[in-house]
This record gives sequence, structure tokens and C-alpha cells, in this order.
Amino acid sequence: MNQSVQQTETSRDDTARPAPLLEVRGLGKAFGGVHAVDDLSFRILPGEVYAVIGPNGAGKTTLFNLITGLYQPDQGEISLKGEAVQGLPPERLARLGMSRTFQNLQICMNMTALENVMLGRHLHLKRNFLAALLRWPSLRASERTCRAQAEELIRFVGCGDYVDADAAAMPYGALKRLEIARALATQPSILLLDEPAAGLNSTETAALEQLIRKVAAGGITVVLVEHDMKLVMSISDRVLVLDYGRKLAEGTPREIRDNPDVIAAYLGG
Amino acid sequence: MALRLPERVPGLPVLALVLLLVPLFLGNEFHLDIATQIALIAATVVGLNLLVGYGGQVSLGHAAFFGMGAYASAILTGTYGWTSIPALLCGALLVAVLAWTLGRPILRLKGHYLSMATLGMGIIIAIVINNEGWLTGGPDGLAVEPLTVMGAELSIFDHYSLLGLEVSGALLWYGLAALLLLLAVWIAQNLVDSPIGRALRAVHGSEVAARVVGVDTSHYKLLIFVISAVYASVMGSFYAHYTGFITPQVASFEHSIELITMVVLGGMASTYGVILGAVLLMLLPQLLTDFQDYEMMMFGLILMLTMIFMPKGLLPTLSEAVRRLRPRPASAPASGQE
Repeated sequence: MNQSVQQTETSRDDTARPAPLLEVRGLGKAFGGVHAVDDLSFRILPGEVYAVIGPNGAGKTTLFNLITGLYQPDQGEISLKGEAVQGLPPERLARLGMSRTFQNLQICMNMTALENVMLGRHLHLKRNFLAALLRWPSLRASERTCRAQAEELIRFVGCGDYVDADAAAMPYGALKRLEIARALATQPSILLLDEPAAGLNSTETAALEQLIRKVAAGGITVVLVEHDMKLVMSISDRVLVLDYGRKLAEGTPREIRDNPDVIAAYLGG
Repeated sequence: MALRLPERVPGLPVLALVLLLVPLFLGNEFHLDIATQIALIAATVVGLNLLVGYGGQVSLGHAAFFGMGAYASAILTGTYGWTSIPALLCGALLVAVLAWTLGRPILRLKGHYLSMATLGMGIIIAIVINNEGWLTGGPDGLAVEPLTVMGAELSIFDHYSLLGLEVSGALLWYGLAALLLLLAVWIAQNLVDSPIGRALRAVHGSEVAARVVGVDTSHYKLLIFVISAVYASVMGSFYAHYTGFITPQVASFEHSIELITMVVLGGMASTYGVILGAVLLMLLPQLLTDFQDYEMMMFGLILMLTMIFMPKGLLPTLSEAVRRLRPRPASAPASGQE
């Protein structure tokens, strides 16, 4: 009874605001008895830079894994561009324009930097099987274009020096940017970055900030999980604060900075 | 900007040259016979390597696909009077359907379930070939018609005139086997170098990365399984026509293990490595004819020692050693290449 009242309220809300690109409603995921994400709802508008912050273990990465289809939610709904997507595998979500990076790099170390980014073009390439077996001219042409696009993206993220380097031989900071290049190669409408600044020094973090601004300026909605508060407060349009898998606060960086609950959670109050 | 040359550029002409020169060093028809068989088996192993080395899946029943191709050709040309090529294609189609049916449910699962399923399938097919004597000749084996292409018959016992030269059928067969091997390598490398191959290598590198960029990983594993099975079937067909007589041994579990050992010894995901593996393991029984009874033991030992001492396989280990001997400008980033 109570629930239906809530639902009518949310649906009344829908008409008032612009259509969200990503909407999460009542999302929950438990591991054993631990509620990693608990009854969480929020919406992300197109073109926003949206940050998710919270103390360690607050459920930020679990939330990302739920949104990107690596985990199946126990309850709740996720909709992307108005389409229900909870439970879809990541390869399906990629087709719908979702892409992500990982906190602990997921780079194919058996490939070069260029090949890693070319992999990101996968969905946009002709994958005709016979053409691949016989190396038809059409395939060669499409591979050349793909290579050029991948090179451009590698330069865009600032890894121009490493185009043909083996991924295994690249420094950590460059790999983090390479992962962003690969995610961008899918031409996503929404890009999720899981701790993009982790392990970077202040110069690299500043370069990353510029990169995220450029990506957002290109019309891509950016969602990031990040511990670097300076970065979060400077680039985010809105911030979601998680604590024990629940929403503690949501708002502009200024609102969040002044929120007493947030201060208490961070200072362990 | 200078692109790094991929491995494929020099490899194929070198292999062609080696295959061209080999007959000059072979003393007699017996050696030529071994070389022809090696080429046919090497082509099979190049296909198996696509599955094992690039797809990251193990087939313990690949000889069954090889045997199905061999028996399809033998039966359709012998008993039913088909010509060689339609029989070969029919066998390949049969194998493709079987591999697809078997692989589709299994390759959705994570882990090495495919090896178990192919193991079972291989044993069943070997038993069927052994028991259905009315069709396959049973344990006694089956004689196979010579290869006929467009009305011309290619038999190792005949002589042919080619460009005014008299050439033995055995030498022609060697040439055909060498061409097939080159074709097998060319197709395999095309595949590895295509978006499909990239997707497969990515599954090895990071399956989760492949998935988030939209690679349907189980689809590609299935595709590569079917391709490698068809490789085995086609080579089995040629092998049957070449040897002129086949026994259930071609489809046996032991033969499957030999094929896998060639891949592991030579070097997974190294096309030329697995050819080397095939050459070494095909020559081994010739050198150890006195120890024939211990052949399986030798294969087992080689498999174990390779896994322990050079898990990457012979050729990748060797080429790494060579690269380490040659001093390089100390770990400079690739900036000089732009």
C-alpha cells in the first residue's frame, strides 16, 4: 500500500523534470548478509558529470558493477534512455551506449596500446566472417580506418607516445588513460569511470581533469567514482554520497561540502 | 608514422621457401612420405591452435573431427562413388554441425567444460567407427580411393608430366600438402589479425574488458571451435586420400592427445611454433621406432616437461631467449617510433 503511494509520487516527479539518461530505482544487492547497495535511487541527466563518493566499502564499485551488468541486482530497476536494462550482460549494455573503466585496470596485456583501443571499436566494425578469413579489401579498408581512429583517440587522451607500445610495457598512468581511450572508442553516450585518479600524481590528476572536461564537453555523460575530493568538487555537476550502500546525500558540490551528515560520515562521527 | 611490422609479413614467404627446399634434402620416397604427412598434420594443428592458443579452450577430441573428415571422404567416394571435393565438403559440413551443436551450450559456461565434452565425444566417435563395421570397415580399416579433382586422379603410385617434366605422384602430393599448409597458415593469420581475432585475443587478455566494449565472448569461442573442427575435418579428408587406407586410429583419443601435445610443445598462440611442434612430434616416432610401445608415455612426458619448463612453448621461449641475447636500447618508451 505504502509502496504504491511512493510509486505515484515518483511518476508525478517524472513529468516535472527532464528525462534522465540513467535512472536507478530501489536498487539493492547483498553479499551474504551484507547489504552492499541498499534501496538506492537516483537519476543522471544527459550531459552531466556525476560523481559517486563515499567512505571505503560504501558500495561505490558494487553500484558500478550493477549498472554495467557485471553483477545482477537483487532488487530494483535500472533504466538507460528509458529502457529497462537491469540484469542485461555488459556486451548488451555496450550496444546501448554504456562504457566503463575499472578501478583495477582491465587492459589486455597481450596486445599493444593501439590494439586495445581498436578492440573498443568492435561494435562499429564489419565483422563479416568470410571477409576476415580471406582478408578481403573491404576488411582491410575498414581496419585501416579503425587504426586511424584508434590512433586519434590515443592522442586525445594524451598517450601519443605509446601508440605501438605493448600494453605490458606502459606505465600505470598511461594505462589508466588508455583504458579511457578504449571506452571512448565504443562511442558511448554514458561513460563510467571507476577511480580514474587512483594512483596518479598531482600532475597526472590535473591532466585527467582536463581530459574528463574534454570528454564531457563532447556531450558524453560522465559518471565517476573517486576519492580525490579536489577533483570531484571541481569537475562534478552533482555528487552522490553513499554510506553503507545507502544514499547519504545528493546535490551540487557546494551543497555536499556543507552537508553535516557528509562531514560526519567522513570524519567518522 | 612507422607502424610496427606485424609478425605475419615475413613468416609466410619463409615458410613457403622452407617447404620448397625440403624435397631437395630428402633422400628417398619414404622421407617424402613423412614430410607430406607432417604437412597435413601441421595444417590440422594450426587450426587447433586457433582454438587452444587464441580461444583459450581445449579440445581433447580433435582427432574425432579429423577422423570424421577422413571417414566421410573414404565412405562417400568409395561406397557411394562421389568425387573427392563434394565428399570433403560434406564431411566438413557434418563436422561443423556437430561442433556447433556440441559447443553452443557448453561454451556459454565458464571454465574448461569443452575439454570434457570433446573428450566424451571423441571416445564415442572412435567407438562408433570401431563398431559399425558395415560402414567403416571396423578395426580392420578402410581403403580409400585416390584423390580426384576435375576428373584427374592424383595417386602416389603414378607419374605425371608437369610443364614437360616427369614428376612422381608422391612429389605432387607433397606439393599439394605444402600448399594446404600455406593456405591453412594464411587463413589462420588473417583471422587472428581481423576484428574477430582481436576479440578472441582480448578474451585471453581480459574477458571483462572484452565484454564491456561489446564483445559477445561465447559467440566468438563457438565460432573458433567450429573453425578449428572444420580445419581438422578437411585435413582428415586429404589425409585419407593420401594414405589410401585409414583405421580407427586416426580418430582415437591417443591421436587427439598427440595433436594437443604439438600445440603445447610448439607454443600456444604461435602459428609457426605449432608447426615446429608438429614436425618434432611426427619425427619422434620415426627416431624411436624401437620404443614404439612407449610412444604415449613419451607424449605424456613431453607434455609435462613443456608445461613445467617452458609453459609458453618451444618457439616463443626460443625467440624470447634470442631477443634477450641481442642488447636493446634500455627500455625507452616507444616515443622514437612516431
